[in-house]
Amino acid sequence: MKKYSIVIAGLVAIIAIAQACSKLAPGAPPDDELLDGPVGGLSYEQNRRFLAGDIAFNDEVFTTANGLGSVFVATSCGSCHAGDGKGHPFTTLTRFGQKDSSGNQFLHLGGPQLQNRALPGYVPEQIPAGATFSKFTPPANTGLGFLELVPDADILAMADPADANGDGISGSPNWIAPPSFISVNANAISQNGRYIHRFGKKAAAYNLLHQTVNAYNQDIGITSSFEAKDVYTGVDIDPEVPDQTIHNVVFYLQTLKAPIQRNQNDAEVIQGRNLFVQAGCESCHKQTLQTGFSAITQLSYKTFHPYTDLLLHDMGVGLDDRYTEGNAKTSEWRTPPLWGLGLSPNSQGGQYFLLHDGRAKSIEAAIQLHGGEGEASKNRFNQLAAEERNALVKFLKSL
Amino acid sequence: MTKIFSIAVTSLFFCCHVQAQIDPSLLKQVPKDTVKQTMNMDAVYNRPFVAVGKLPVSLGGYMETNWQHLSTDGISEGHQFQFRRMTLFVSSTIGKRLKFLSEIEFEDGAKEIAIEFAALDIELNPLLNIRAGMILNPIGAFNQNHDGPKWEFIDRPISATQLLPATWSNAGVGLYGKHYSNNWMFGYEAYFSGSFDNSIIDNAENKTFLPAAKNNSERFEEINSGLPLFTGKLAVKNNKIAELGLSYMGGVYNKFQDDGLRIDDKRRVDVFAIDFNTRLPQFNTFITGEWAWIKVNVPSTFTEQFGNKQQGGFVDIVQPMLKKRMLGWEKATINLACRFEYVDWNAGKFTGTGGNIAEDLWSIMPAISFRPTAQTVFRVNYRHLRQQDILGNPPAKTGGFSIGLSTYF
Repeated sequence: MKKYSIVIAGLVAIIAIAQACSKLAPGAPPDDELLDGPVGGLSYEQNRRFLAGDIAFNDEVFTTANGLGSVFVATSCGSCHAGDGKGHPFTTLTRFGQKDSSGNQFLHLGGPQLQNRALPGYVPEQIPAGATFSKFTPPANTGLGFLELVPDADILAMADPADANGDGISGSPNWIAPPSFISVNANAISQNGRYIHRFGKKAAAYNLLHQTVNAYNQDIGITSSFEAKDVYTGVDIDPEVPDQTIHNVVFYLQTLKAPIQRNQNDAEVIQGRNLFVQAGCESCHKQTLQTGFSAITQLSYKTFHPYTDLLLHDMGVGLDDRYTEGNAKTSEWRTPPLWGLGLSPNSQGGQYFLLHDGRAKSIEAAIQLHGGEGEASKNRFNQLAAEERNALVKFLKSL
Repeated sequence: MTKIFSIAVTSLFFCCHVQAQIDPSLLKQVPKDTVKQTMNMDAVYNRPFVAVGKLPVSLGGYMETNWQHLSTDGISEGHQFQFRRMTLFVSSTIGKRLKFLSEIEFEDGAKEIAIEFAALDIELNPLLNIRAGMILNPIGAFNQNHDGPKWEFIDRPISATQLLPATWSNAGVGLYGKHYSNNWMFGYEAYFSGSFDNSIIDNAENKTFLPAAKNNSERFEEINSGLPLFTGKLAVKNNKIAELGLSYMGGVYNKFQDDGLRIDDKRRVDVFAIDFNTRLPQFNTFITGEWAWIKVNVPSTFTEQFGNKQQGGFVDIVQPMLKKRMLGWEKATINLACRFEYVDWNAGKFTGTGGNIAEDLWSIMPAISFRPTAQTVFRVNYRHLRQQDILGNPPAKTGGFSIGLSTYF
């Protein structure tokens, strides 16, 4: 009898472990501490598409067997966007070309992007003589679907290229003729066959399909039916990634949730937010935008808070890399969204690498590097008392 | 693959047939006490076999199965029942000083079938034996001493399977020998064998990953570089103190020439390992450990994603708590155990920032095991693991229980 009691007690213990296992396992971090994850309310079918894109983006690693290179920058999408956050200098991109808006004169020499790594036995690309260049640290991916849906008319309404209101801020869109595989939006506004582009450091990508196709091709050396040119040989080759995979990744990027602000009711955070507005930061880093229509209900006609106007602004000589894309001037940069800023260290190895090339190692340093149209706001920030500056930075870290 | 499966099925049928035809008393179980080892290099023969009468063939094997529930950062795949592997051994004494042993493994319900070991041993002298065939490269201790029933943990050590490629076997030939003197034993092994290939720095793991070479079944007929891999080991043991092994494995891994044309520089992979095991006589505590350092020639023009230096290892501590007659089994044992593990797949610093490259993990796994006999073990493990990505971002936390059994048969 005693023998059976021991066996039964053992089995009971095992069942208890099985029941308790989920409670003893590590819990999930709070949702506002994560940049990845879908917008709420997706259907089962949409969740499946999101997961397919998630796998292609974060898990699919390219090797020689599935088309990597022969020259490249990174081996997967996830290599540059850990946890869908900002990237690290380890995968910083280098773009090369010219300093005027005449179009990239170095496309026949491998432009616009430097593939600085190569498979064994191959030689990485070099910047051609006479080309200017700039380095771009990978941006965060979160909330891109909302930014994609801001109507052109809303962007133009924020633009003031001639600084008509005299506030020293003269944002302008980057007008570029999109590649042939891009279908422009129904509400798109044209200027002599050119359209407003909005993604990228210089706002040189029209939409997330454009951005994704370019990234596969220029970052990983992967051709597709959209962009068949092999970056190493310069000739068109068979697609190395299926169209469906690209569409899945685009859907994934579109449906990544917007970052969730933390501690927004904290008194110091509220004070910092008010100081942010008073210092004029919001002239470019617009708090609130709205989406237009989307077939994805969860993105359609939504109000959101990205802290960007998607426009180009002159940031002064200190940030002038003498390289440009589209009609952006060399000192002009698209206003980077500030949402998710406080979580950047979680994807940048525990520290900040801010501004277009990661040169700023803190939020304060990034502010101090603002020039041109950002000069006045920087000066107002510097005139604040120390506690006020701390409150403003605390607000930015809450985003 | 089909051929191997056919051989295995035929062997099984033959075994059943023989058992049905003969007096069962002729089947002589040769139990092996898995707690008392000789030296690690003897592991392939240090297994329980069933001898059939006076036939020169002995049979054996083991199986491992378990239930598992793991969760990473709050996300779990739920409850999983896993049949990890079943392995069949066949050994025979072919003639005077000629021995043959084979080990065929069916992993994950026959998703993977592999000949892990199949070699002829020619015994010339205790200090000079020749082994040829499919050999287990003697790097560290686990690669040769990997039978599930010998361990108190369901998972194999991470450093042995995700850093080193256990079980790593290749076609090859070499020498081994041992020398005894009172309590002292000295052993050596030296083999030339098939080798690694470009996949160790060109794989879907997105890191330098020696186990990727296991997927290349062509290595059994063609060495990628055309140059053999050398594996050598020296081990010394004092029966009252401990066993210490030092091993090295190295060679050119990449295809540097093809059809007579040079296509790349020669690139080497070099692995150094130290292994150790002892029993503390005062407490009867068993301690087993292994540590490996790996150096891989990764082109400087390739991505830093693939490290040129790696290291990692594990320490197992097993404390028998109760050894007596239990549930009708004589000398049944209950053990408490704990495994400590660390692996760094990319040791070094980023050239751009000077910051540390992470890509590492550590794990602690406490365990309770019950051995009704030395050949069978029931195990309950809890794993707590933290793994960092290459940038050193906040680690992914994994935890959960595994309950399983492993037994020789």
